[in-house]
Amino acid sequence: MASLRTTSRLFASARPAFRTQMRTMASVSTPAAEPEPRTKTFHIYRWNPDEPTSKPHMQTYTLDLNKTGPMVLDALIRIKNELDPTLTFRRSCREGICGSCAMNINGTNTLACLCRIPTDTTQETKIYPLPHTYVVKDIVPDLTQFYKQYKSIKPYLQHSTPAPNGKEYLQSKEDRRKLDGLYECILCACCSTSCPSYWWNSEEYLGPAILLQSYRWLADSRDEKKEERKAALDNSMSLYRCHTILNCSRTCPKGLNPGLAIAEIKKELAF
Amino acid sequence: MLAQRATQQSLRRLAAGQPSMIAQYAMKKSFAPAAIGASIQTRPVATQKMTPESSYQILVEQRKHRPTSPHLAIYKPQIPWILSGLNRITGSVLSGGFYIFGSAYLVSPLFGWHLDSASMAAAFASWPVALKVLTKFAVAFPFTFHSINGVRHLVWDLGKAFKNDAVIKTGWAVVGLSVSSALALALY
Repeated sequence: MASLRTTSRLFASARPAFRTQMRTMASVSTPAAEPEPRTKTFHIYRWNPDEPTSKPHMQTYTLDLNKTGPMVLDALIRIKNELDPTLTFRRSCREGICGSCAMNINGTNTLACLCRIPTDTTQETKIYPLPHTYVVKDIVPDLTQFYKQYKSIKPYLQHSTPAPNGKEYLQSKEDRRKLDGLYECILCACCSTSCPSYWWNSEEYLGPAILLQSYRWLADSRDEKKEERKAALDNSMSLYRCHTILNCSRTCPKGLNPGLAIAEIKKELAF
Repeated sequence: MLAQRATQQSLRRLAAGQPSMIAQYAMKKSFAPAAIGASIQTRPVATQKMTPESSYQILVEQRKHRPTSPHLAIYKPQIPWILSGLNRITGSVLSGGFYIFGSAYLVSPLFGWHLDSASMAAAFASWPVALKVLTKFAVAFPFTFHSINGVRHLVWDLGKAFKNDAVIKTGWAVVGLSVSSALALALY
């Protein structure tokens, strides 16, 4: 969409001439009235690593919502294309499957591509990076620690015995159904960075996203390293810094429930 | 739309290959060349050669300065984390109050403090009514909130009531029950 809009701007200058021509040809039709502009204000967190001594600040942009797509990501792309090319953010799929555009919009973490711009133009929209993360630039967070933690839980099938049929490990439909609500996670880090416990303890506490993935492998009937996986979580920090705050489930843009997955791990460890 | 995209793509290809050809192309399509030139975005980009070590050094330097993004101050006040914070605060008040009063009671004979029930009740009786009710509410609310929210946490530990609407409903129920029961205790 953004690229198309650029093109339409490219030829915008040619359009008025075209329109007057049309009018003379069809004198009966009235020219379409320009709709009332719906000006929306966006406040966006800015920080530039090239000026390391300068403090982060909020920058204000205004857009006419009539000319902007419905989602916050559309607004961000339009700001970058037309108002300020220095604005930096991650985005890729624009349909909520890559998890790149995770950010804090109006106080809650979500994906910019799945978050509609509130149409109430009197309300101003505030956009911050994911909370309590190191900022690489503007709304780009440093997720190094998050990915390291993901790697630490060994997110792959582990076996010590060969497959019974010599080809692949099979699973019943019931066992497969246990993974629903777990495998859909796109690791956007919205939930982990919404968790106050993760804010204060991200060095050691794994956080909701990674624990949901831990449970995804604990719940998999084909995995044979359950005891090792459980032993790795059985300490005061990795798992038990979860105090059932449940910001994670509230904020998940995919509608998953990391809080429930963590409760299931706690139950497996307790009983 | 499709035609637009095709035009744009060929324009881009041309611009990448031979900038001077854009003007020719524009002339052919009979657009005003000046207007085209005005709306094409130019983003001057310069690259420089760099060894992996020196680029790593830049990363290390940047990491030293990276700010932490705002968190508690900007996160939207929502039932889950506000009540969780309140649960911890009321818990600290209750246990802190218990330990402080308990140890003060233990050492009161040494310092001649009158912390026995009879003298405290007599002192409390002399206070104005509003202050009495306020003090009783301030003591009762942490107790009722922490107790009732504790039940909510026990239910969660069984793996139940984790859906978002259940969390919100039980949250408001805890607020309602704890405030009303604390008021009842304060006015009793």
